[in-house]
Amino acid sequence: MAEIAEIINDKIKHFGRERVALLPILQGIVKEKNFVNNQDMVQIAEALDISAADVFGTASFYSFIDHVERGKYVIRVCKSITCEMKGKHKVLQALEDELRIKLGETTHDKKFSLLQSNCLGLCDQGPAMLINEEAYTHLNPVKVHEIINHFRNLSK
Amino acid sequence: MSTKQVNRADIIFSPYSVAPYEILRLSMQKTKPEVIEEITESGLRGRGGAGFLTGLKWKFFANTDGDEKYIICNADEGEPGTFKDRKLLVEVPRKVISGMAIAAYACNATKGVIYLRAEYNNLIPALKKELDIFDEHAKKFGLKFKIEIFSGAGAYVCGEETALIESMEGQRGEPRNKPPFPIQNGYLGKPTLVNNVETFATASMVCRYGASTYKTYGTSDQRGSKLFSISGDSPKEGVFELELGMKISDFVEEFGDGDTKAVQVGGVAGFCIPRKQFETAIVGEGNTTGGATMIFNSTRSMYNVLHNYLDFFAEESCGQCTPCRVGTQQLLKGIEAVKSGTKPVEYLDDLIKLSKTMQITSKCGLGQSVTNSFTSIVQNFKEEMIY
Repeated sequence: MAEIAEIINDKIKHFGRERVALLPILQGIVKEKNFVNNQDMVQIAEALDISAADVFGTASFYSFIDHVERGKYVIRVCKSITCEMKGKHKVLQALEDELRIKLGETTHDKKFSLLQSNCLGLCDQGPAMLINEEAYTHLNPVKVHEIINHFRNLSK
Repeated sequence: MSTKQVNRADIIFSPYSVAPYEILRLSMQKTKPEVIEEITESGLRGRGGAGFLTGLKWKFFANTDGDEKYIICNADEGEPGTFKDRKLLVEVPRKVISGMAIAAYACNATKGVIYLRAEYNNLIPALKKELDIFDEHAKKFGLKFKIEIFSGAGAYVCGEETALIESMEGQRGEPRNKPPFPIQNGYLGKPTLVNNVETFATASMVCRYGASTYKTYGTSDQRGSKLFSISGDSPKEGVFELELGMKISDFVEEFGDGDTKAVQVGGVAGFCIPRKQFETAIVGEGNTTGGATMIFNSTRSMYNVLHNYLDFFAEESCGQCTPCRVGTQQLLKGIEAVKSGTKPVEYLDDLIKLSKTMQITSKCGLGQSVTNSFTSIVQNFKEEMIY
């Protein structure tokens, strides 16, 4: 795992020691470990010479910058109306059964987190979800089972 | 008021010209005012939803002096029911980039940014490849214009241009007061032009086919063609390029499943048109459109639909101004209370009043537009709100 300091320095090199580097730094850390913790935020604040509260205020505004611990694979199920009409509830239920967690939770082995998201821009292919950055469409319970198994085997 | 049948157009997804960035090269042989005049003449309006005249915007931007001027392509397509920009960026990114580059040439801008929503991060590798091809050609044509990709972080409100700029500056995505407009005072205080993905792609096509040809599409009120993201109870979901000026009844005939009860035009920020208005309403007139059209058939509960919308608005309200922050939550609680019987039916009228107050007092388009879908659904499907 790349050191947090490394990510910060890397982005500062590109964007300068300026506020504009903040979001790219947060995104870089999320990409690395799927969430930003309090220590990371203090470290960022020091590097950019702004307050830690300011960093938290910005980070917590955005739904793709998590500040609580998430699993290796973050699942975001689209909750927009068209996905709902096409069977989002069944897909969500299948995910909860398969992973044995509730919406908003993370599995004990820290592999999967199950979240909802607003429109993913895949309305014509719903129900849809993202796993990290990859999109999965035309979902149904059988497909959910296959996809989760695929990821389980990947991380073995 | 003239109307058109449902006519497919094939402009935006037409094949690329043979030589890469040929439209850019040819546009650069014209004078800068000529290019802007062409766009103005076409009558092209912004395709994000607000519908400002693109030629006019470019003209203001060209007339603003600055050592560094930015062009931002707004690819923060977050409106539920909209997915046309994703298709453009996947299938014809060159047209989008061409549009940005033509604007850069015509308005003397040197820096470009594609603000891509986080949900579309998986498009970045392909876009970067295309940007490399662009760099090569820009150098050849002598155009000093560098485009970078900035990834969003998941906030609907960042589709609003000043919130988008705030977000790029590392702040919470809270809209600014206008004026000043980004044209004068945008990213890092520099003059900044923000246009939607489809606007740039269409601008490059106007330059390719000429304003006079482009103008033959559509009606006198709405020029040209437009991409429509069609989803919901339709056997033909997807993105379609259609001539503007269609009656809803024709649209439903073409795309509905035979049992259509309502059409949501312009995404959740737009209007819900019930069956009894299909004959009189025209897509995009009085019901602003970014092209999102969701079709509901008679099996759908409009209460569930509205509940879903309000849940969305309450979550995505940035929280900066009170009318929107509190209003969205109260509307949601309000319809729940009427449904459960803890509030009388008349309470719906109070809620409509509240939504109209939000329209007047909210700072940005998010809070201002909640009343569109709220009022049109509550008034037209009142019995579904109660029983």
